[in-house]
Amino acid sequence: MRCSRRDLLAMALTTTAAAILPVTAFRFLSQAEVKVALADPALRWGFLVDTEKCVGCGLCVKACKLENETPYDAPVTRTWVERYIITKDDQTHIDSPRAARDGFTDPRIRGEAFDPAEVTKSFFVPKLCNQCDSPPCVQVCPVGATYQTLDGVVLIDRKWCIGCGYCIMACPYGVRFFHPVHKVAEKCNFCYHRISQGLKPACVQACPFGAREICNLKDANDPITRIIMTQRVAVTKDEYGTKPQVFYIGLDRNVR
Amino acid sequence: MNNHIWRPLYVVLVIIAFFLVLRYFLVPQDFGVHGVNFTYGYHRAGDINDWQAVPIKYRGREFCNECHPDNAAANASSKHAAIQCENCHGPAFDHPEAPEKLILDTSRDLCLRCHAALHTPSSQRSLIKGIDPDTHNPAIPCSDCHNPHKPDLEDMQ
Amino acid sequence: MESMIVHGLEWTTKELFVYPNEYIYWSIQIVMYPYMTGLVAGAFVLSSLYHVFGQKDLKELARFSLVFSLALLPTALLPLLFHLQQPLRGIYVMLTPHFTSAIAAFGIVFSTYAAIVLSEIWFVYRQYFVEQTLALQGQPGPGLVIKRRLYQLLTLGAYDISAPALVKDKKAVKILAATGIPVACFLHGYAGFIFGSVKANALWMSPLMPVIFIMSAVVSGIALCMLTYIVIMEWKKLRSTPAQDTDVAQVSRITVMEEVIAKASRYLIGFLVAAIALELLDLIFRGYTAMKSWDILRFVLYQKDFVNIFILQYGLGNLLPFILLILPRLTIRRTVIALLLILYGVFMMRWNVVIGGQAFSLSFAGFMHYHLPLLPHSAETFKEGLLGALTVVSIPFILFWLINMIVPSLTTDQETP
Repeated sequence: MRCSRRDLLAMALTTTAAAILPVTAFRFLSQAEVKVALADPALRWGFLVDTEKCVGCGLCVKACKLENETPYDAPVTRTWVERYIITKDDQTHIDSPRAARDGFTDPRIRGEAFDPAEVTKSFFVPKLCNQCDSPPCVQVCPVGATYQTLDGVVLIDRKWCIGCGYCIMACPYGVRFFHPVHKVAEKCNFCYHRISQGLKPACVQACPFGAREICNLKDANDPITRIIMTQRVAVTKDEYGTKPQVFYIGLDRNVR
Repeated sequence: MNNHIWRPLYVVLVIIAFFLVLRYFLVPQDFGVHGVNFTYGYHRAGDINDWQAVPIKYRGREFCNECHPDNAAANASSKHAAIQCENCHGPAFDHPEAPEKLILDTSRDLCLRCHAALHTPSSQRSLIKGIDPDTHNPAIPCSDCHNPHKPDLEDMQ
Repeated sequence: MESMIVHGLEWTTKELFVYPNEYIYWSIQIVMYPYMTGLVAGAFVLSSLYHVFGQKDLKELARFSLVFSLALLPTALLPLLFHLQQPLRGIYVMLTPHFTSAIAAFGIVFSTYAAIVLSEIWFVYRQYFVEQTLALQGQPGPGLVIKRRLYQLLTLGAYDISAPALVKDKKAVKILAATGIPVACFLHGYAGFIFGSVKANALWMSPLMPVIFIMSAVVSGIALCMLTYIVIMEWKKLRSTPAQDTDVAQVSRITVMEEVIAKASRYLIGFLVAAIALELLDLIFRGYTAMKSWDILRFVLYQKDFVNIFILQYGLGNLLPFILLILPRLTIRRTVIALLLILYGVFMMRWNVVIGGQAFSLSFAGFMHYHLPLLPHSAETFKEGLLGALTVVSIPFILFWLINMIVPSLTTDQETP
């Protein structure tokens, strides 16, 4: 095999260049930027709630509590369902007995009965963590115990949370609470253990009516993402600038 | 610098040095900026794995179908097809190893989740047949008359 | 079986529609926390008035309030520890501070402030430490040996008490007192920022919050120092028997005290007016702009919490002491009543901010009521109940008594060297 001096030189140069390239490619990126570049940019979890389909059975709340080990009888929960009854006198009546863990079985709200002729609208609204794009709860954590993953889910480090409650105060949606056993902040995380393995969140799976759906907002072919992209959807409490990633069909101005 | 007025400063510096050493040993090595920026991504990297390792409880109807195809098929052809087995039978966990038997919820309350009559005109709840639990055969379990896997009224037991 | 406590369930009652997870999560200790830090900041500002601005007639009060602010310092920390669900992890705030959080600044600001207060005290008392070390030299008995060792340690090995060295001490005190004022204000201003920056809370969110907190902090700090000073001086007067105390000395001491009190109360009135003006501005602005939250805020302010806010806080806690202090021929007794009312008024202000801010649901469709646990029946109802609050209140006085054994701050000029 012949190897001229020129070949040798060219080979040496390409090898050196190839060896240097990966280093120089990242030289001008900060550590965080490198991580973003390396992570899968094709994944951003989103959620779609169709309030028209929700019948208030509360099977989602039951499944959530059992799946995520939130003590079943403790009056705190990662997700809940609200019932709205709007009457002709423009009064809004809202309730969520036991966070709708056992569904809605009583036509009355806090003992008050409503004449069907007086009711103009009545519907159910499931609530869960919005996994905001600008989560105020994360911003205020003093120790870095709650954070946003690169696929957009806000998690809480149970080993690092000091339990100051600042994140609970900072959430405009009231989704956070102190876990009754672990004594740290707790909230919905789209069942991160399930979605990471390709399963749907427990509430999505449990819902018989398709009122709750999860999707990858970065995938334009995801059927749920297509609905969010092509239909009229809303988010709750837009005015706080939190950029919620839970989208609603059939939201009403009375929904809090 | 031999001036005595710097003495308190030296004490402070010693304390800071001591604290920095302490910090080095107490903060997990994987603590840092792992997300989009410091505001939203400052955390212990290993916590993501901790969350992903949470055991799964609800397996889904495909899991049930592996061993109970008859029941799964019966339900699948009924009006209750949309309802997951585990909504009534309870989460499977690692059934049949642990637990060996699932606890079936046969209470009226379970059926009433959908079939209690409510006036909800702007919700699909109004499309579901509802009863008044106080007048519709109170104290008798629903499954005495209705077959949950074949809920049609023609198939009453 | 692990213990299961739903935090907040114990003392929260709900009315109408409140989100399921909403409770009064920030309770009495979070009322105590800004109240105590406020006292710390106020006490320090008062002592600085003498050291920096040369208010000579405040000299008596200055030394006392400096040492007292040291005694108050740990009690700014204690409410937070009582409040944390994981008190053992409190140090994490220093280990991995997440600086986008107002609370993360706490560790750094608090430590800086503590270093300044301690250094300032060291410079003020260095001469005394050296003299004690020298005086106790060769004295027999283990007690005195330990005492001497302690003073020896406190000198940090700086034994030079020549005139030029003492001049340097004075200068250092002045510089530290001057840097301490902004740090003390920051320590408290950021406590206001903790609340003012919570956009989710309609009552808290206001850029005026930090300034309001600083003003009322200074008011409460000065009031507490004056009150404690009066009590201690009166007590000393009672203890000194007429035989030992000449009439002249007693009279001169009373006049000195009255002058100090008169001067301090003028500062107090100034800060009080500023605090009330800002609070009213905030209130008027909310009513005038009438944002989405105003309907429920108005209901809370003017109906649910009317007695707490307008009768107890503004009326009893601000207006009445203001009148008592500006009426001519101010007596010590009237001052004491006014000071007590002011301390109560500032406490109510903290209460109305912290508890009042959680009196309505984030849904704006319901209310929450706070019931302070009086008799504890668990660790939680102790920590976040009346007894926990009283513990926090009593600790600075115990600490002051202890510190005062080593660093005497209540002697008048004739008695100290």
